[in-house]
Amino acid sequence: MNKFSIYAVLFSFAFFASCGGDKSKSGQDESKPVTEETDAPASDPSSYDPHRGEGKFDSVELGASLDQAMASKGEEVAGVKCTSCHKITDEKLVGPGWKGVTERRKPEWIMNFITNPDPMIDKDPEVQAQLEICLVRMPNQGLSDDEARSILEYMRKNDGVK
Amino acid sequence: MKNKFLKAVFAIALGSALLTSCKPKSSGDAVSGDAAQKAYVAPGKYDEFYNFVSGGFSGQLSVYGLPSGRLFRVIPVFSVDPEKGWGYSEETKPMLNTAQGFVPWDDLHHTEMSQTNGEIDGRWVFGNANNTPRIARIDLKTFKTAEIIELPNSGGNHSSPFITENTEYVVAGTRFSVPGDYSNGDVPINTYKENFKGHISFVKVGKEGEMDLAFQIVTPGVNFDLSHAGKGKSHGWFFFSCYNTEQANTLLEVNASQKDKDFIMAVNWKKAEEYIKAGKGKKQSVKYAHNTWDEKTHTAKSEIKTEVLVLDSAELKDICYMIPCPKSPHGCDVDPSGEFIVGSGKLAALIPVFSFDKMQSAIASKQFEGDYGGIPVIKYEAALHGEVQKPGLGPLHTEFDGKGSAYTTMFVSSEVVKWDIKTLKVLDRVPTYYSVGHLMIPGGDSKKPFGKYMVAYNKITKDRYLPTGPELAQSAQIFDISGDKMKLILDFPTIGEPHYAQAAPADLIRNNGQLKFYKIADNNHPYATKGEKESKVVREGNKVHVYMTSIRSHFAPDNIEGIKLGDEVYFHVTNLEQDWDVPHGFAIKGADNGELLIMPGETTTLKWVPKKVGMYPMYCTDFCSALHQEMSGYVRVSPAGSNVPISYSVGTNLPATK
Repeated sequence: MNKFSIYAVLFSFAFFASCGGDKSKSGQDESKPVTEETDAPASDPSSYDPHRGEGKFDSVELGASLDQAMASKGEEVAGVKCTSCHKITDEKLVGPGWKGVTERRKPEWIMNFITNPDPMIDKDPEVQAQLEICLVRMPNQGLSDDEARSILEYMRKNDGVK
Repeated sequence: MKNKFLKAVFAIALGSALLTSCKPKSSGDAVSGDAAQKAYVAPGKYDEFYNFVSGGFSGQLSVYGLPSGRLFRVIPVFSVDPEKGWGYSEETKPMLNTAQGFVPWDDLHHTEMSQTNGEIDGRWVFGNANNTPRIARIDLKTFKTAEIIELPNSGGNHSSPFITENTEYVVAGTRFSVPGDYSNGDVPINTYKENFKGHISFVKVGKEGEMDLAFQIVTPGVNFDLSHAGKGKSHGWFFFSCYNTEQANTLLEVNASQKDKDFIMAVNWKKAEEYIKAGKGKKQSVKYAHNTWDEKTHTAKSEIKTEVLVLDSAELKDICYMIPCPKSPHGCDVDPSGEFIVGSGKLAALIPVFSFDKMQSAIASKQFEGDYGGIPVIKYEAALHGEVQKPGLGPLHTEFDGKGSAYTTMFVSSEVVKWDIKTLKVLDRVPTYYSVGHLMIPGGDSKKPFGKYMVAYNKITKDRYLPTGPELAQSAQIFDISGDKMKLILDFPTIGEPHYAQAAPADLIRNNGQLKFYKIADNNHPYATKGEKESKVVREGNKVHVYMTSIRSHFAPDNIEGIKLGDEVYFHVTNLEQDWDVPHGFAIKGADNGELLIMPGETTTLKWVPKKVGMYPMYCTDFCSALHQEMSGYVRVSPAGSNVPISYSVGTNLPATK
């Protein structure tokens, strides 16, 4: 290559560089997309209370005797949202049977678990052990507080509370 | 000698390369170094804008994130979608009903989001059907098509679905003028001039979004192409571009390109409302479908309506005015202040910008140059703010950044040109790959644009992506317009062919009360099954109704016997889940329609007509849990006249024990 063509090549390089001038400006730009956290990270599992569970219920007052009307309401709600997967005997269907649950668990634990299952499935050692047996995470069925309470009453009835 | 000659050739070749090197040949030339950073949205992070993009000949609406270009969802609108059961489930079939019967496909060109006070409000997005004229309303809480209204007296609903600043009306204008449905359509095609009419439709939008065809304005036969509402000072007016003012009925390519100027038609819709109050409209007998979706019954209903109120633009003065506009105008765009109306003559070598104030004084002082079919034609100069000179070739559409600049696409010269609305000076130009049609700035046709990104929706991609046979990817390109210069930051492929689009800040949509699931207690579907105890199979003659539930991870019932050849089986599947993101699917062997995709708390129906005796598995199609593969069942089909009784069960139909 003689001088002439070398110049030509150099010149063309210079030209390309000048056209692509934007490349040299690679500083930070304020117009970066605004992004947000999707969900708050799970809180520290060591703070988890296995007796109470996690959720909005700290303590649940139970009557000395059964509230029949509430238990009937609970049976009705359970028919729509629960008994596809839970039998009221001690037999496992998709999830464990309900027999004896009110003796094994505190009422606030039950209320928290049925209204707020996901964090408890992640943290509660006994629920995790149960998940290894059932392999289906209990779905959040969108229970209202009243519905949850009435289901608890129905569970009590099922466990022989009169 | 030979060597010298070669050198000379080499030098010339280089020289010519230099001359053309400023026209970018590859992405490397057009993309700045920090493009990736600007378009990057890290995994798990959210985009800044929702982008609602027309799906063109797919008939659907797609939803992307900006600036990432990630596809979130394709919302079925005018075309059937077996994946979602749209147009296949019994509940959705009425949504696609028209005066012509069930229509499974259309061509969705433009989207427009609802506005309040001229600002995007995040409630609904509208879409137009360009083939069998209709307007759809999509609810942005459910991302579902909630309503479709058909437009009588129309052919090719193109200049639609643009809205007024408080979503009082959504409009439609006929692209193909035709004899009105209330007159005789069986006439020679070459009688266009006497028999063909234009109709523009004003569809009233109610508080809950419900649409009602309030009135139509009949005009001389032309092709209405696009439109935009006035805003602010020009609120109360609507502007429609029209071409083929030559009234050609054949070889429009040549015969509709004769005149140097066609028109922007300005419509004073408040005046039209006054005439209606004064009883000046004529009720005409027509037929059109109005289809609505009911969120409580999860079912659509289709109603055929038979009357429309028509106002005559020639007879009723002061509703319509024609503004001459060079040449075959396409886009018709109004700036955020409402003062400037940009007509993009696709065959013009300049962009005329009209002034609303000047138009008003021209009307007041009667500066007319004649009339067109009884509609006064305002003198061009009297309404003109000015012209953008030498903008490029083939101007199509204009959007605004809210900072005094307009951005116009140039189809023929494949570029977007940024210009100053007041001084009409070209400020910047940037190439697109290739042949850009529409463009979109979030809020860019409203009073409040978010002038950070501009997206070009291209007609041709040629060499931009890996080749995929004769049909290549459709594509959009995102530009950062936060600085003086437009900067290309990302190409992304789209579904269908993208035409117009809209975008809204992400928070406006995601905080609008997004529906997460349907409450089972509110489910008023006549065949809802609220709990497994209610599941059953009921024979009514040769129709068999299966009341079925689904929950992770089984159907109830999952064993069904007693179906016979000749039966029509309706699976009414209720998804008992009450949590976000847990749809169940339903499919059965041999179904000649689609699957069902049932949202939590919803009931949906698949009609199934078995054609052979035998055993038919059914299963859940949407992976729902670790035991999803177990979510299945059997239907036994016996010969016609068989005496196998109807029976159904879940978990109890066990082998006989000895």
